[in-house]
Amino acid sequence: MRLELRGITKRFGALVANDHIDLVVQPGEIHSLLGENGAGKSTLMNVLYGLYDADEGEILLDDVVQEFAGPGDAMAAGIGMVHQHFMLVPVFTVAENVMLGHEQTRGGGRLDLEAARAQVHEISARFGFHVDPDAVVEDLPVGVQQRVEIIKALSRNADVLVFDEPTAVLTPQETDELMAIMRQLRDEGSAIVFITHKLREVREVADRITVIRHGKVVGEALPTASDAELASLMVGRSVELRVHKDAPTLHDNGLKVRDLVVTSESGTVVVDNVTFEVRGGEVLVIAGVQGNGQTELTEALLGLEPDVSGSITLDGKELVGRSVRHILDEGVGFVPEDRTLDGLIGEFTIAENLMLDRSDGPPFVKGGALQLGYRDQFAEEKVAEFDVRTQGITTPVGRLSGGNQQKVVLARELSRDLRLFVAAQPTRGVDVGSIEFIHKRIVATRDAGVPVVVVSTELDEAVALADRIMVMYRGTVVGVVPADTPRDVLGLMMAGISPEEAKGRGEVA
Amino acid sequence: MSAPESNTASSSGSGPEQEPGLDPGTAEELEQERAREATGPVGDAAVDTAGRLAKALHQTMSSPWTVSVGAVLLAIAAGSIMIAFTNDGVQEASAYFFARPLDTFVALGQAIGGAYSALFRGSVVNLQATDFVTAIRPLTETLSYATPLIAAGLGVALAFRAGLFNIGGQGQMLVAAAAAGWVGFGVSGVPFPLHLLMALVAGIAAGALWAGLAGLLKARTGAHEVIVTIMLNYVAFYLIAYLLATPGLLQAPGSSNPKTPPTPESAQLPPLLGDRFNLTWGFVLALLAVVGVWWLLNRSSAGFSFRAVGENPRAARVAGIDTGRATVSSMLVAGGLVGLAGASQVLGGVTTGFSSDIDAGIGFDAITVALLGGSSPWGVLAAGILFGAFKAGGTTMQAAEGVPSDIVLVVQSLIVLFIAAPPLIRAIFRLPDPNRRRAPKKKPKATRNRKEAAA
Repeated sequence: MRLELRGITKRFGALVANDHIDLVVQPGEIHSLLGENGAGKSTLMNVLYGLYDADEGEILLDDVVQEFAGPGDAMAAGIGMVHQHFMLVPVFTVAENVMLGHEQTRGGGRLDLEAARAQVHEISARFGFHVDPDAVVEDLPVGVQQRVEIIKALSRNADVLVFDEPTAVLTPQETDELMAIMRQLRDEGSAIVFITHKLREVREVADRITVIRHGKVVGEALPTASDAELASLMVGRSVELRVHKDAPTLHDNGLKVRDLVVTSESGTVVVDNVTFEVRGGEVLVIAGVQGNGQTELTEALLGLEPDVSGSITLDGKELVGRSVRHILDEGVGFVPEDRTLDGLIGEFTIAENLMLDRSDGPPFVKGGALQLGYRDQFAEEKVAEFDVRTQGITTPVGRLSGGNQQKVVLARELSRDLRLFVAAQPTRGVDVGSIEFIHKRIVATRDAGVPVVVVSTELDEAVALADRIMVMYRGTVVGVVPADTPRDVLGLMMAGISPEEAKGRGEVA
Repeated sequence: MSAPESNTASSSGSGPEQEPGLDPGTAEELEQERAREATGPVGDAAVDTAGRLAKALHQTMSSPWTVSVGAVLLAIAAGSIMIAFTNDGVQEASAYFFARPLDTFVALGQAIGGAYSALFRGSVVNLQATDFVTAIRPLTETLSYATPLIAAGLGVALAFRAGLFNIGGQGQMLVAAAAAGWVGFGVSGVPFPLHLLMALVAGIAAGALWAGLAGLLKARTGAHEVIVTIMLNYVAFYLIAYLLATPGLLQAPGSSNPKTPPTPESAQLPPLLGDRFNLTWGFVLALLAVVGVWWLLNRSSAGFSFRAVGENPRAARVAGIDTGRATVSSMLVAGGLVGLAGASQVLGGVTTGFSSDIDAGIGFDAITVALLGGSSPWGVLAAGILFGAFKAGGTTMQAAEGVPSDIVLVVQSLIVLFIAAPPLIRAIFRLPDPNRRRAPKKKPKATRNRKEAAA
């Protein structure tokens, strides 16, 4: 089925999320929609799926104008969507999830689970999915859950499949498998829309590429285009994709973590006997799939975790059991994983957020009184130095874009005398232009002789920034390897396979 | 690799016609969007005068203040209906409405106009008065009623800003009144200013401790402050009732009534404008408290941490702020402010001895005042004076026009009800929503699409 979007415009108040977007997706084609966070990709797809009503424009399937009042209409017309956040009921089985919403019943309103099972079997067999219809969804790995989503869409005879940032939660291996599935679906004649902001994936799998920026189509490209070309289209200017850094100069100072165990409130061990060392002047990237204990590890470094055993020493001083205040005063800079929740106070101004971690003493406070003159001068300086795009330092930080918010956090954390810098997911939800800037600042901090710990789930970022990479899996350290370790080895390690075995497998392959 | 022309035929449907939902804020929002995308580092020089005006207008229209004013207007309008219904003249005239409809409208005008002019006469200026003192007396009465409302309102507002819902105004006022009163009549032989100071400090300290207890329980054990403060209200009420009924404690000697002895003159707040007015120096203390709270919240390190914890406790914790300490100390200060209200009652308002109704509902009215004032010190001042005016004028309204003073309470309650529902006020007055862009919701089905599709 041929999908055509004509002049789709969607406004939220004065914000034009989609501005006359045209898009044609042919059957048997993977059409990639490339754009930064906030470019309007998801809005467009929500319009297509009937979740939003377009202010202007029309949707055509095989040249027939469609009217979708909701997702039900879109599904009935043959559009299936695989959401970034799975729309599955965790405690239901695969078959139950697949039939959800279009249940077939037998006499007396009894569910025809057998029909759903048969359907799951049939689709699984066709695509080699190996999905058990009776497995409970919450017990399945993320990659398999995604296949359940795909089965769900296919079970409704979807001819147009939309994948919304499908690789965000996958290991590199799972990503490869997903791409194989997408190709297979294409070869069977589906029209596929693949939404992403990861350049590598686009070039690997897309047949055609449409780039969106600020709600407008800014260009089309072929997968033969280079990363740099695609990135500059996406951002609107040329972008440095590589992180330039010299060989590390190691110093004797540093962070030593020994036998660290962090237990969550529910009593499960989330960081399991972790030991590592970071020396001044090097970047250690903690890689791994989201939710394998990285978050808790960094929070333990800052003293945020209540139940911690083992030892964390910074330049010989023990940090376990100390208050957050004390640890900050020891010279720890911390960029939390979720900046809106943990890093910033949205209602506070930029100037106020920049002094958030120093609100109890000089230079921001004297005799219990805030030094407004100093605060504002400091804020003006930092806004200029970190290139925060804003109307002024009194703007509430919640009104800034993700990248500018992250620059505010970074400006605050890097403006103290640091002896350790910890950044969790420093570039998540940040535009490409800001990523470049943030990476440069992290490398500059390392070059100043500070030990740097970066948590990243993006392999590209890990490889670009790291001097050494530590891979975590289910709370344990799988291994610490050099930054030039091949991607497939890192990918296998992220699935819990030891570096030695991973290297062996990598060589065989 | 060129951008395709994306204008299609579909633009015909939405050409020059104004979008119905367009409000005065859109120009400013666009301005901001542009500025956000602008490549200039700080600020945007291109913001023209018209844009600034539109921005100022938008900010005024979408500010919580406008909602407060709208709520007051709406409540007064609703109060008019109540007055009309309860007025005898209107009831009589409406009985022969179809014979002489004009009579009903005249009666309506008289009832509503009379009631609100009585409210004004009783709360601001008495224009019928023959001498100056009688003329401005209503205003001083208003300020006098407003004094404890402002102080207690500040206490609730400050706790709000620290993320705490202080429902314990009643209890804090009662213990403060008891402590201040006890120092007042229980201690003798201390000269005037010192005795007053001792009584004030005792009242403020008692209120602070009573609220601080709730803060401590919250910080240490996570007990919810709403439940704890409500329960402490009961504890205080029955404890004071017991003390008042027990000879040798708070009960006046030789009396069997649950009432204390009068406050001696050495512990009384002196009149501010001479003996002919009830207004005391307590009002000045309330004003000082307004300035003090403003400084605390906006200019001090402690206030910064209160607000940080109130807005986002997680981020405050990550930034090294001791959230437990902020909780306890903000409750201490809040309780102290409510304590000032309790002390000003005993040392200024009711000096003839008090019983367990000394809080006079102020502890709960304070919540309303804080809400109406948008939890800002100046807002609380304005709201406190407004409520003081309602209290002062309500009596006149009843005496002069026969309007039940309960109607004033209805109006007060309606104000809060309307404030609690900002979207309702915005819908009625067509005000823009400041949060709209941050949380885009699915708009109702636009009919234009259908028209277009049909065309």
